[in-house]
Order: sequence, then structure tokens, then C-alpha cells
Amino acid sequence: MSDTGASGRRSWGARLVILIPALWLTVLFLVPFLIVLKISLSQSVIAQPPYTPTLDLTGGWQAVRDFAAALSFENYKLLGSDWLYIVSYLRSLGIAFAATAILLAIGYPIAYGMARAPRGLQPVLVMAVFLPFLTAFLIRIYAWINILQREGLLNETLLALGLIREPLIWLSTDTAILIGAVYSYLPFMVLPLYASLEKLDDSLLEAAADLGCPAWRAFWLVTVPLSLPGAVAGALLCFIPIVGEFVIPDLLGGSGAQMIGQTLWVEFFSNKDWPVASAVAVVLLVALLAPIVAYQRLQARALGER
Amino acid sequence: MRKGPSLFNVTSVALGLAFLYLPIVILVIYSFNASRLVTVWGGWSTRWYVELWNDAAMLEAAWISLRIAALSATLATVLGTLAAVALVRAGRFRGRTAFSAMIYAPLVMPEVITGLALLLLFVALNVDRGFWTVTAAHTTLTMCFVAVVVQSRLLDFDRSLEEAAMDLGCPPLKTFFTITLPLIFPAVAAGWLLAFTLSLDDLVIASFTTGPGATTLPIRIYSEVRLGVKPQINAICTVMIAVVAFGVIVAALLAKRGELVRARRAAKA
Amino acid sequence: MNVEPPVRRVYVAGMADGNPEPAASRGAAPGLKPGRAPWAVPGARPLVQFEAVVKRFGGVTAVDRVSLDIYEREFFALLGPSGCGKTTLLRMLAGFEIPTEGRILLDGQDLARVPPHKRPVNMMFQNYALFPHLTVEGNIAFGLRQDGMAKSAIAARVKEMLALVKLEGYGWRKPHQLSGGQRQRVALARALAKRPRVLLLDEPLSALDRKLREETRFELIDLQDNLGLTFVMVTHDQDEAMTLADRIGVMNAGSLAQVAPPAAVYEQPNSRWVADFVGDINLIEGIVASVGLGETVIGARAGGRLRVAQNVEAKPGATVWLALRPEKIQIDTQPPAAFDANCLAGQVADIGYLGDVSHYKVKLDNGLALKVSIANRVRLVERPIGWGDRVWLSFAPEACVVLTQ
Repeated sequence: MSDTGASGRRSWGARLVILIPALWLTVLFLVPFLIVLKISLSQSVIAQPPYTPTLDLTGGWQAVRDFAAALSFENYKLLGSDWLYIVSYLRSLGIAFAATAILLAIGYPIAYGMARAPRGLQPVLVMAVFLPFLTAFLIRIYAWINILQREGLLNETLLALGLIREPLIWLSTDTAILIGAVYSYLPFMVLPLYASLEKLDDSLLEAAADLGCPAWRAFWLVTVPLSLPGAVAGALLCFIPIVGEFVIPDLLGGSGAQMIGQTLWVEFFSNKDWPVASAVAVVLLVALLAPIVAYQRLQARALGER
Repeated sequence: MRKGPSLFNVTSVALGLAFLYLPIVILVIYSFNASRLVTVWGGWSTRWYVELWNDAAMLEAAWISLRIAALSATLATVLGTLAAVALVRAGRFRGRTAFSAMIYAPLVMPEVITGLALLLLFVALNVDRGFWTVTAAHTTLTMCFVAVVVQSRLLDFDRSLEEAAMDLGCPPLKTFFTITLPLIFPAVAAGWLLAFTLSLDDLVIASFTTGPGATTLPIRIYSEVRLGVKPQINAICTVMIAVVAFGVIVAALLAKRGELVRARRAAKA
Repeated sequence: MNVEPPVRRVYVAGMADGNPEPAASRGAAPGLKPGRAPWAVPGARPLVQFEAVVKRFGGVTAVDRVSLDIYEREFFALLGPSGCGKTTLLRMLAGFEIPTEGRILLDGQDLARVPPHKRPVNMMFQNYALFPHLTVEGNIAFGLRQDGMAKSAIAARVKEMLALVKLEGYGWRKPHQLSGGQRQRVALARALAKRPRVLLLDEPLSALDRKLREETRFELIDLQDNLGLTFVMVTHDQDEAMTLADRIGVMNAGSLAQVAPPAAVYEQPNSRWVADFVGDINLIEGIVASVGLGETVIGARAGGRLRVAQNVEAKPGATVWLALRPEKIQIDTQPPAAFDANCLAGQVADIGYLGDVSHYKVKLDNGLALKVSIANRVRLVERPIGWGDRVWLSFAPEACVVLTQ
């Protein structure tokens, strides 16, 4: 497994270590995306599989040419002309952006507090933040239905405290989606932030104080810049999946405007229009390409430079 | 000198943990609610657990989910560990950038896209969808999580330990199994646990890639939840939480016990 | 070897002048153990041979055409600043790095195709690299198990090794339950357990504190003596190299600058770089005035004539450097009476009191600044020489070396 084996060349064992996972991911991750791309250029038909053209390689070169000629951008034109899709995309981006901003605002103090906790307690806190992530996502969203519904605990509590006079509508609103998103993705924001804050050397703050910098300015000038990689990683780790989120808007959101994940789901499962669903996926992927690449760069750098 | 936590620090951590745990605690409490109305407290009862026990379809779904989770987590642990070793140890190789991109992309890829893509692959390959397609799909997603967990441990790993083993006459493959694997085992085990719970948890990808006869627990729960809140769902959720919490606590205790045994043996010698 | 045959024989000269007789027969010189000068025996077969070894990492040349012979039972030290390539050289011998060019031979056999786990050399790692999940016994037995040795034989060898490093009763401990010094011993025992042809030591004492380091040095020498093994050590600490090694290879920027016994490296450095790297030195630039009859006269660039008891291989008019160790200079408050000594006058510019010695920085009348160190033989309550005092520095013609490169 060493790259510097005595022969100086990679042994067959070392090649296998790379080849096996690479092959698996190529077949089950890379190739599927090419298929999505292909089908997004196809037309929906009532058949099995429900799209045309299908590529039949036994037909030789002519079949490939016919296939290529039959591909069209119809589905993309549809996405660009129908407001339903455009609104859906924009809504998803907007909600993901708002959720990420809220996550940063409440995640930072939590991560900062964890990094300040006594050393012995820190692993316990990390585990405590991570543990809900291990208990099913669906369950945690479901738990909020109980709380947010009209006769739910939130309204009951607010009424009991006299803060409101009559029950408010929480469920089936954007607020509910935001609460669900913030709740589900909080560990993804807190843990990268904590990781970068925990590494921060206290003597840096002492040095800043020694050089005449008041504590609040030292926070802005030293702590915040040094925790920036963690903040960016956390933000991307939350933003990207929230844009394509399905379960949260489906269970907590209203029946009105949909997020793009729901749109894709409906096109696929209800309308059985696989080509349009694929086109929706491709456009979503393109929209998310920049943040995904940014995240990968960050991840590779964080893991490579240590 | 470390400054201790301030009141603000303590408060924010406490509120954060409360926010994370309160809904789960409420769910658990309400699973013991005697009343059929989910919002009205009707005293303690275990009737929903009894009903759950008699819900054959739910139990069947749970059994399928557990099998898929165990199998895909094991596969993902093997593949993910290999991928991590390749990323950390293979140095520069052709296609390295593409390789690491394929490892990191699934971590953030919206599930609807991954699910759709995998389904279209299975359709194109003309395989029967069901248990095996869901397992393959979950393996693909979770191996990347395993890879990241194991990779970060491998990066901290002192390479000279492997060199020392080889220097003392241990061949490379044997070195991996006698030195490297035992030392990174906590990360590998954590990876498995993560993969297991992710698989047990997944609704979206499973919905796309499943077929007749392979309704997983989340798919089953989802279809029930869409029809409204039901007390049995609270019960099954509580059971799932208990299983995961039990697993985590056992893992933590095992790690602790290992340390204790070592300490005791050392004290005796 | 690049050491010039000096006319006035310094005590290490026996090795340098190609005399086939072992040094011991002429009465062992200080710092040399009796019967240990195989490098001076013509026809002696080296145990380890580096033949024009080059190692490049990408575009960086870490080791540049190093040729070196190391002999059986020798304690060889590779000394140099960090990044000079000494560790790379050691790792190539262990098999962790492959030479880009050149060959490495052990017992005359080319090691190129031998992977690390099949080489009869063992290494003691700088950070010890003890397996944290194995006990002390498990660590020591690890290499023996790889050879498929019988269980009882392993147990016996482990016991023997624990006794050797004085760690009886620690066999069941885990590495993290040991002190730094104990870990070092375990690492040593582990590397010695297989009775390697060559033991490689990568900065073996650098992780220990000073007191322990000094004690351990002598233990290492005894160990090597008793076991009769060949040791190759890498270190950046010249005291360590001086006390431990039979020969030192001084490395600079990937090349071997000088290979010689410790005393020769100190007293007969072959270049300004070696002179400057090993110990403290004054380098005085000058021009050769005359050479002959075992004496060279040099005109210092800054003024004044200096006599050196050495025939220099340089024509009159050539630029040379006179290397002079600070402790070889006499400092007086009056002009010295000695007739044949070199003498320079100046003023004390700085004094550093270190307890056992005092360092003086003297600004000479000709503008040069020289470092002088004086052993404090009596208790000093008040310094006999103070700041700004006018002093005379004198040194014998035998005290200095002329360097042409």
C-alpha cells in the first residue's frame, strides 16, 4: 500500500486500493449523472422505460446517429418558460440562503461556547451535538409536526405564557420550513465551526490584548478571521443540501409554492415525466456546481495541508 | 492559560442543546401517551408499543431496513476505508482530482439528484429494483462518509509506525492489518456506525431506488406521516432512537472498558 | 579523505597519513577506542557502501552523489544541519526511499531490489514509533514474530533485551505508560532484538532532556561495544556525534563535506564550511606570503603577518583562510613574551560569562574581531579582564589550520 515500495513502482495491491472504490463510484455515481443528462434531452412517452429515444448499441453507428438526432432541448425550454419552475428554483435558493444565515447566527455562539468549555467536557459536547444527527432525520422532522401544529406544544406554551391570545399558524408556512432546516442542519454548522475554533490558540488573544486590542475587537480581528474556513465549510455543508431538500418542505411546508426538490419529486413520481425530472436535476446541479466545487476545494485543502 | 467559559458561552451551548434535544424528548414522552389524540395528554400508557408490535407491515419494513443498513454499512466501510487509504497514501496518481471529487460530491449532493440518477442507472441496466438496488445505492452514498471519517484519522496517523513495522520485517499488507487497521479501528467503527444510521434513516434515495417488496422503514413511516400524525409513529420513532442511543452508548462503553483493562493490566505488571 | 597530511603531527594524524598499521598499535588516540580504525586498513571490505547515490524529490536534490563506506563494528555518525540530506541517506539504507541514481550495497549485495521488510538493518526512529496498541514486550517481540521464531525463543530474547536496556518488569506496560527515557530504551531494544547487521539511529537522543541525554550517550557506546554491532546514526547535535562516533560524516546541502574521526573533523577541518559548522571558529582571510620548511607565512587581509606550522598547498599570493579555534588563543593584559607565537593587539568589545568558560570578543587594531574563550579555572569574583581593556592575543603557529577552500 506504500507508494514507495522497493520496486519504486506501484504494486498491484496499491493499484487495487485505488481501483476498487474508483470503479464503484464511477459506475454508481458518475455514470448515473451522464444518464440523467442524456434523459433530460429525451422526450416523455408512455412506455417502459417512459422516455425516447433509447440508445440501442446493437444497431451500430447508424443507431448512435439516429439517437443523437432525436435528442432535443425541449425540456429545458419548458423549464425556462414556465414560471412554476423558475419560482421553484428561486424559492429554494432563497430559503436555503435564509436558513444558512440563521444557522451561522445561532451556530457560531454554540460552537464558540463549546470551544471554551473545559477540555474534558468537549468530546462529550461534540458527541451531544452529533447524536441527533444519528437519530433518523425523518423522525426529527416528524417531531416538529407535533410541536408546530395548531394544537401543538408551541402554541400551547405561548398561550399559557400569555404571549399570544389565539393559536398562530406555524405548520405549512415558510417559517416551519426554516425551523425544520435549521434544526436538521445545526450539527453540520456547529461541528466544522467548532473544529476551527477549537484549534485557536488562546495565546493569540492574549497577544492581541498585550498589544492593546480590547477583547471585542480581538474577537473580530483574530477569532473570526481564523474561524472563517470552518464557517465557510459549515455554510456550504448546509446550503447545498437545503436547496435540494425534499422531506422538510414536504412535511412542514405549505401546499402552495414548492421547493425544487419537491418539484422534481412530483415530476418523477406523480407526473411520471422522467425527462423533465432529469432536466430539473441537471439545472439544479448546474446551479449548485459552484458551491459544490468550492466545498470540495475546501475539504481537500483542510485534509491535505495538515 | 485558558480562559474559562463565560455565562454567555454556557447559555448558548445550553440553549443549543435544548433546541436539539427538546423535540426528541417530547416525541419520546408522547409515545407513552394513552390518548389517541396526539395533542392531548391522556396519562401514561404503552398501548402504542403493543399496537406497533402487532403492525406486521411496519415490522417487516423495519426488518428490511435493518438488513439493508447492516449490509450496506459493511460494504461501505470496506470501500470507504480503501478510498481513504488511496487518498492519503497513494500520493499523486492519474485521476486523483476526479477520484477525490467523486468522494466529496455525494456528501453535499441533494438526495433527490442522487436518487434520480441511481434509479435511471438501474433502469438503464435493466435490473430488478428492490433490496439489492437500495443496498447498492446506500453503499455508494455512505462509503463517502466512511472515507472522510477514516481519512481524517489516517492523516493524523504517524507514518513511521508503518515504517517501523516494515523495518522489523513485516510485509506491507500484513503491516496494514497488524498495525494500521488496529490503530485506525475507532474511526473505521465510527464510519460503520455512521453508515448504518444514514442507511436506516434515508427516505429519498430509497424511495427512488426501491421496488416492489422492499419497502423500507422510512418509506413506510413517511407514507403514514403524510396521512397525519399517529401515535404508533411516535412509538416506532422512540424505538429507533433507543436503538441508536443504545448502540452509541455501548460503543462508548467498550472504548472506555478497553482503556480500563489496559490500565489494570499495566498496574498489575 | 580530504585531510591534508600535516607536518606537525596532531594526535589524530595516524589515520590520515595512510599508515596501514591500526591506530591502536601506536597507542590509542583520545576519543578512539582501541582496535577501531578499519577505514584505515587497505583492502578492508566495507559493510555498507554508498556508490554515487543521488536522491531527488521532484526538482529538489536531497542527496547529491554521495559515496561512503561504513565498516563492520563502526559507530558512524552523519552530522549536518536540518535539511542537509542526512536523514534521507539513512532512510535509503533502511529502504524507505529509493535512490534516484547510484547503488547502496550491504555486504557487497546491491539493496536496490530488497524491500524494507527484507533488509537485515533495523532502525530506531526519531519519535521511537512504538506501536501504541502493543505492550513493551509486544513491541520488542514484533520483529522476531515476523521471522517466525519459536515462541519460547522469542520470550527468551525479549527477556534478554529487557535486561539489556534495564527495563525488567516493564514488559506489560503500554508505551503511553512509560517516561521518555524508558520509551527510548524500548525503541532501542526493539531495533536490537533482531540482531541487525546495521542499526540505524535517527536522532536517537534528541527527544530526551539534557541530563538524560548525556547519561544515555555512554550507555549507547557501551552497548555497541558489547554487542559488536555496526551503528549508523543521524544527528544535528555535534556534541552527540563527537562523543559517540568513531567517524563523522559532515553533510552539507546533500553532499558529504568531510568524513573523518571526530578529532580530525575538529582539528583538521577540510573547508571553511566544516570549520564553521563544527564548533566555534575564527576565520581570518589572508594571502600566502611564503611556503616552505613546514612553515607558511600569511599576510592577513586586515593587516599583520601570521605564521602557521604547516606546508600549505598554495602558491604565494593565493587567498587562504586561517582557521583558529577560540580556545586556542591566549589572552593577556600585557604583550606576551613568547618569541615564536603570533601576536595581535586589540580591545575587549564584549564578554560572555558561561560559568565554566568565558567568551571574549576582541576588536583588533587591524579592524578584525576575534572570539576567544578561556576556561575559568579559578572562581571569578571579579573579572581580571573587563570591557574596553587593552589586550594582547597570542596563539602558537601549531594552533591554527590553513584552509584553501
